[in-house]
Amino acid sequence: MDTPATYVQLGFLVISVPNLLVILGMVLVFLAALFAPFPAHHGIETDHDEHPE
Amino acid sequence: MSTPSSHPAPEPGDATWTGAARRLLERRLPLTHLLPSRQPFFVGSWVYVFGVVAITALIWVIGSGIVLAFFGPGWFHVSGVGRFVNSIHFWSVQLFFFFVVLHLWGQYFMASWRDGRATTWLVGVVIFVVGLVTGFTGYVSQQNLDAQWIAINAKDGINATGAGSFFNVLDFGQMYGIHVMLLPITVTMLVVLHVVQVRMRGVVKPIEPQAPGGRRNAPTDVA
Repeated sequence: MDTPATYVQLGFLVISVPNLLVILGMVLVFLAALFAPFPAHHGIETDHDEHPE
Repeated sequence: MSTPSSHPAPEPGDATWTGAARRLLERRLPLTHLLPSRQPFFVGSWVYVFGVVAITALIWVIGSGIVLAFFGPGWFHVSGVGRFVNSIHFWSVQLFFFFVVLHLWGQYFMASWRDGRATTWLVGVVIFVVGLVTGFTGYVSQQNLDAQWIAINAKDGINATGAGSFFNVLDFGQMYGIHVMLLPITVTMLVVLHVVQVRMRGVVKPIEPQAPGGRRNAPTDVA
């Protein structure tokens, strides 16, 4: 942690590799959350009932 | 004991502000909304978990922060246990922002400000901004070269905004006080308000697919 990070330059964009990895990780987790099956739970309604307004 | 009806008989004290506040809470936030035992079918997605994970990380941030505040800002420099607690504090903050941003992406793409939820969205934005300031004051409160480097480099930017007259990043006492007391209380209260707002109106419905006629099926069409 005491050494400078490596930087990536894409045109006018300059970003450190650790920050780039965090952003890529967030994108991956977001995509996984969209497509990963959610376990069935008894508290989840199976019909299209609405939350009582 | 009176029976429930659409026009209940006035009770003693109904004209008071406490009575009005009670009726408002009973109408806007009944216990079935505050502590629901069932959720709509569309909540069965991992996207809805991000906010809860962020709150869990925030609990770890506050818990480890309380320990650090008790032992003082220099503790983690001279103690292995202090370094461990400081690491929990640091990494739980990383997790907090990681999942806050994912929560923000999820809510942005499903336009969660719909159906009267604009203030819920705005409070979330304020939590994010106040969280950033909290993180910044934490960085300059570390009492090491890292903190000095950040403060010295930040002071010109802060001064350029005009905030330097009352927000002096080189003043350790001010930064530390703001970091351990003012901003954590603010974030916690805003998060509680945010959750209560979500419970008042329920989780926003997904955006309906495009209708054959070209008009989007507005979720507000469904009662």
